[in-house]
Amino acid sequence: MSSSTEISLTTNGFTGFASLVQVLGTSTGTNEKTDALSYYFTHAADEDKVWVIAIFSGRRPKRVVNSTLLQNWCAEITGLPVWLFEECYHTVGDLGETIALLLPEPDIQGQQKSLSWYIDALIRLSKAEEPEKKQFITDTWRHLNREERFVFNKLITGGFRIGVSQKVMVNALSKTVQMDAPVIAHRISGNWDPGTTKFSELLNNEGAAADHSKPYPFYLAYALDKEPAALGDPQEWQAEWKWDGIRGQIIKRNRQLFVWSRGEELMTDKFPEYQVLENLLPDGTVLDGEILPGRGDTPLPFSVLQTRIGRKNVSKKQLQEAPVVFYAYDLLEYDGVDIRDQPLETRRKLLEQIVNDLSASGRAIPVFISPVISFKTWEALAAIRERSRELGAEGLMLKRIQSAYQVGRKIGDWWKWKMDALTIDAVMVYAQKGHGRRSNLYTDYTFAVQDGDKLVTFTKAYSGLTDKEFAQVDAFVKRNSLEKFGPVRTVKPELVFEIAFEGIAASNRHKSGVALRFPRISRWRKDKTPGEINTLADLKQLLDVYGK
Amino acid sequence: MIRFTDKGLYCPAGNFYIDPWQPVERAVITHAHSDHARAGSASYLCHHLTLPLLQLRLGNNHYQSVGWNEPVFINGVRLSLHPAGHIIGSSQVRLEHNGEVWVFSGDYKTEHDGLSGAFEPVRCHTFITESTFGLPIYTWKPQQVIYDDISNWIRNNQSHQKTSVLIAYSLGKAQRILEAVSAVTGNIYAHGAVYNVHETLQQAGIPLPDIRRVTPETPREQLKGSVVIAPPGAAESPWMKKFTPYAVGVCSGWMQVRGHARRSNVDAGFALSDHADWPGLLQAINATGAQKVFVTHGFQSALSRYLNEQGLEAAEVKTEYGNDEEITELKEENGIISEQAPETT
Ligand SMILES: [Zn+2]
Ligand SMILES: [Zn+2]
Repeated sequence: MSSSTEISLTTNGFTGFASLVQVLGTSTGTNEKTDALSYYFTHAADEDKVWVIAIFSGRRPKRVVNSTLLQNWCAEITGLPVWLFEECYHTVGDLGETIALLLPEPDIQGQQKSLSWYIDALIRLSKAEEPEKKQFITDTWRHLNREERFVFNKLITGGFRIGVSQKVMVNALSKTVQMDAPVIAHRISGNWDPGTTKFSELLNNEGAAADHSKPYPFYLAYALDKEPAALGDPQEWQAEWKWDGIRGQIIKRNRQLFVWSRGEELMTDKFPEYQVLENLLPDGTVLDGEILPGRGDTPLPFSVLQTRIGRKNVSKKQLQEAPVVFYAYDLLEYDGVDIRDQPLETRRKLLEQIVNDLSASGRAIPVFISPVISFKTWEALAAIRERSRELGAEGLMLKRIQSAYQVGRKIGDWWKWKMDALTIDAVMVYAQKGHGRRSNLYTDYTFAVQDGDKLVTFTKAYSGLTDKEFAQVDAFVKRNSLEKFGPVRTVKPELVFEIAFEGIAASNRHKSGVALRFPRISRWRKDKTPGEINTLADLKQLLDVYGK
Repeated sequence: MIRFTDKGLYCPAGNFYIDPWQPVERAVITHAHSDHARAGSASYLCHHLTLPLLQLRLGNNHYQSVGWNEPVFINGVRLSLHPAGHIIGSSQVRLEHNGEVWVFSGDYKTEHDGLSGAFEPVRCHTFITESTFGLPIYTWKPQQVIYDDISNWIRNNQSHQKTSVLIAYSLGKAQRILEAVSAVTGNIYAHGAVYNVHETLQQAGIPLPDIRRVTPETPREQLKGSVVIAPPGAAESPWMKKFTPYAVGVCSGWMQVRGHARRSNVDAGFALSDHADWPGLLQAINATGAQKVFVTHGFQSALSRYLNEQGLEAAEVKTEYGNDEEITELKEENGIISEQAPETT
């Protein structure tokens, strides 16, 4: 039945990979994407397939040259002035694509090389001197066509934003190699090296190569889109606070501790606070929970954590100012056995036992059990939910007591029931052109609130308008520009928008003194004039109430 | 010779306007796109092939039409029209007075599409050029390559029993892509807005293949595997339901940039434009031999700066087609039905 037999794609060599990227980048349907991938996994060379899995799950060879060099080499070849290159880059929004579009037509194409050949070459190049790097990269540009160049550049710069979810890739692989999707999801997560791993090792039916670090795929909840009463008998449900942190798994296997984020990033070294667990947790334990900034069992605002996430090495000062704890809410592996099939009730009992044993050690333990909220009726729970922000939570989680721990985002057994966002009315003061499809429209705006007779900018916000509204705002910007600073236009302060956000924190990097979390445009207040917007004092008040 | 006024490009010696955006006594029209040909003026001068399109879009007015290279004298100014290659009837306007020559390009493209007349380089002292795609990232592939992509895409849809819906501006692009479509199938349907233009052009003697109008009575069976040509506004309207299962492809120069194509949420984007690309603009400007260049609608600041650095005397000019056309095109891509786009039958 598979329609994939009709796909007239080549899967050969680098051209094959480039056409795969092309198809995945333009087809909108999940089925088409899955078909294209599974066709590729059926026909392409094994070495290339391993790299495709790696690249689409966020692994790529170490970067060998920086953007400036790539930009300079391209400007040199094309003879374009730097300002014009930058203007192009700004319009396209992607360096690799800008270069691919600007380079002249390729010379006669050389011998077709494979994806893994290029990657091996790039890996070898990491130790080379700059002239050798330049030689290889500019030579390659000369042989590849526009689509292939784009893909080659993305191998160097990273970030294939082509919209292949892990789920699509796992399903395509599952279709190709006849293994269960969850098994594949588990195999391709974790810490494996695409340079040394063979396709057959990665996806054979015998036991996985002994990789003790591998996390389980996370079970993700959908946002509750109905009244909770529709979930039926409250007795069948467990409620917890929804914490605002980084979802993570703590793994202890083979006497070693691993910390994974939901983005499947190994973050063990970023959280030295957890090291104490290496000795205390029993072997064969996997905890699922939230990595949160917190002092004792009191969570701190997420922004506190942001100050240290980006850093490679955590300083002593950061450890003191932004301490991290772990709120555990599930147990996935107990005594070396995968217990995800067991009901939540059972897993929770075992989890409590493990965390209690930790506390019994007498040491200061950064792990807490995310408490269960007891409630009799949905109305009572709704009232409790109103207190979420006071406790530093975003709302509630509802989990069916009998639910197994599933893979990925599944509807039915787990729901998040978040608080409505905070909002503030503000006026647009700057506009900048967007990227990608919107590269010709002014879609990135900066907003201000009133402070006496002045306007004070406090946030940027992007999403949230319809295409039609974007076009209208864009037309307004073009007709009402006051000044132009590079790509930014100062706009007559006239359009009022409601900005929604999830959290607020004090910040001395911002003129307004506050930083918002997840700011977005929630609606265009055509009914309001700039005289009716909120004030800086209003913002400060929100900071007092929610920013602690 | 030409002054840039708030009503449009004005020739004081001849006392007429070119593509004015406000009603005037006497308007010379380069082509029938809505941002260049606006209603309300007392009299219009245009090319013979633009005339029926103006009648369709602006209704009855005082019109005068001429052929290419047929000079007309207006108050002593020698005016002639020359093919611009943009859409059917599209013309550059050449003005000569007291030995001085100015040319306004209107919208143009340098690649010959076989329908619009081949762009004619006209020597002049001062050239006023458009710059819709005035950045070097906009370097088009040869149209035959894009046509082949479109044909292959249609074939692939047919093999999946899908209808191919091609989104194209109803005047210009919609006629142009018929060449690519006809290479695969004669089973071609059109949205009412496209069909009206098509019929008008056929009646004016343009040899276009026959297409059928989609009506509520069109049997679904007949639409299976067919090609439907629709204006941008139709893409996200319920009108599309009738074609299920279908795939949507957009033909527009903006599709050159990947993110643009991807986020427009269509199945395929074809970078096919009726405007000159970067090399085309430079080549056209060069061929005029003009020392002075005014750059209008599009990336005027980038193009004029580049020309200045190349030793030409160039300046940007703000026109209302500048902004409006950009917005109009994008608006339409964004699925907003503009005033004169489709009735949804
Ligand atoms: Zn036009
Ligand atoms: Zn135009």
